[in-house]
Amino acid sequence: MSRWLCGVALTAALAGDGLHFHVGRTPTPDEVRGQDITVFPDGAGLPEGTGTAEQGRALYQLRCASCHGDHGEGRGDYPRLAGGQGTVSRGEPILTVGSYWPYATTVWDYIRRAMPYDNPGSLRSDEVYAITAYVLHLSDIVGSKETLNLRTLPAVRMPNRDGFIPDFRPLPQRRSGQLCPATLGCAHTIPPRN
Amino acid sequence: MITPSSLHFERHHAGVPAIDPSSHELLIHGLVEHPLILSMKDLRRLPSISRIHFIECAGNSAREHEGRPGPDPQTSHGLVSCSEWTGVPLAVLLQDVGLKPDARWLVAEGADACHMARSIPLQKALEDVLVAYGQNGEALRPEQGYPLRLVVPGWEGNVNIKWLRRIQVASGPAMTREEAAVYTDLMPDGTARMFSFVMDAKSVITRPAGWQRLDGPGFYEIEGLAWSGRGRISRVEVSVDGGRTWRDAELQEPVVSKAFTPFRCAWTWNGREAELQSRCRDETGYVQPTRDALIAMRGLRSGPDGFDHYNGIKAWRVRSSGEVTHV
Repeated sequence: MSRWLCGVALTAALAGDGLHFHVGRTPTPDEVRGQDITVFPDGAGLPEGTGTAEQGRALYQLRCASCHGDHGEGRGDYPRLAGGQGTVSRGEPILTVGSYWPYATTVWDYIRRAMPYDNPGSLRSDEVYAITAYVLHLSDIVGSKETLNLRTLPAVRMPNRDGFIPDFRPLPQRRSGQLCPATLGCAHTIPPRN
Repeated sequence: MITPSSLHFERHHAGVPAIDPSSHELLIHGLVEHPLILSMKDLRRLPSISRIHFIECAGNSAREHEGRPGPDPQTSHGLVSCSEWTGVPLAVLLQDVGLKPDARWLVAEGADACHMARSIPLQKALEDVLVAYGQNGEALRPEQGYPLRLVVPGWEGNVNIKWLRRIQVASGPAMTREEAAVYTDLMPDGTARMFSFVMDAKSVITRPAGWQRLDGPGFYEIEGLAWSGRGRISRVEVSVDGGRTWRDAELQEPVVSKAFTPFRCAWTWNGREAELQSRCRDETGYVQPTRDALIAMRGLRSGPDGFDHYNGIKAWRVRSSGEVTHV
């Protein structure tokens, strides 16, 4: 109930009439599309395109392996990407994309956003799907011929999906008039475990 | 209280970009009524505020958790600094664009090579987050996000997105690499805390401290810094006998919420071996814990980013020679 009230109060307080400073300009839809690269766990933000691990293998060798190793084993300070499933709760955890990351969409988002390290943003959507498929295939999460696209990628279930818990430290004491805990915001909007 | 801008710690995941402020823009879009693009000139026209806040890397003092204590305060606790930040309250911008009913989170993104992105609950954004262009009376330094950065008071450094170029209002978090994997805290049972944004109360004695040497018995002033991501520091206690007895340190006024609070405590050294510790408390009643208490809760297994969000009590040993070392 309190969370519902929080949402209502936020909306009422801030919907306003908007733009009352009349400073700045309204972006065109193309301007927004050109910059909007965020991919959410439900797949929102994913573009059209497809790729398989088979298609990603050569791309990975060309664009990724020099840092992350031929089989995602990592090199030096460059992180290991594959393996380690089942070690998260053991003495020496091996935390990789395959063993630790809860969402496959995060892999896609990060590769497009930040990889390869020497030329981020240079991969086409099909290439990002293919490399994502190959990285997940290295941990046996998708098959070599399985096609990833904007519908199948969000449906990939990562082994450690249920491994995360919201911060449980005590919340700061709230002054009167503040409506909901700040630390987690509206915690129910954390993507559901399915 | 203020860290000189040129000495502010710096951390970046993909280098420091060179950005021309005359072409830099901030896009605000997503679940808003009126998407907006603001130039730096536009931002300078809007209502502004200056506030003093610390920024601390989530991994600051991680080696203390790990059991490799830093030999001096710079090594043990150097990834935290405190500045006066000037900019537009994010609440002002969000009110300007108008929030849609489903708006609950925002995703902030940098113009650096990796387009660093973090999700922040809207409630925090409306409470005290700044879209900052100024630091200590001058423009941001390039390493601090020039020309524009987010300042998220009291929260781990990584969410204070530098070189800010885009704010997307959304109904839920994006689960970017940094929040879904990197800045998470592995627990003993194999689960991991996520969205552990707040940097809890922490203090460290900076004098006498490691690598320093006392010039024989007599009067010394013990000095240090305390800070809390939850609000004001309300009390700092100092022990010279390894935590057996404590006495109150004086807090430097003004005590500012989510900012460095320098503390001082008079001490007459008798020339015998001593162990100096400081323990702070914030206005919520939270007390800085011992390392043992933290390890009992969190264990000693390294997470994806090593050990983040460690805030245990730090000890320095004063030897009878006057030499000060870590414990």
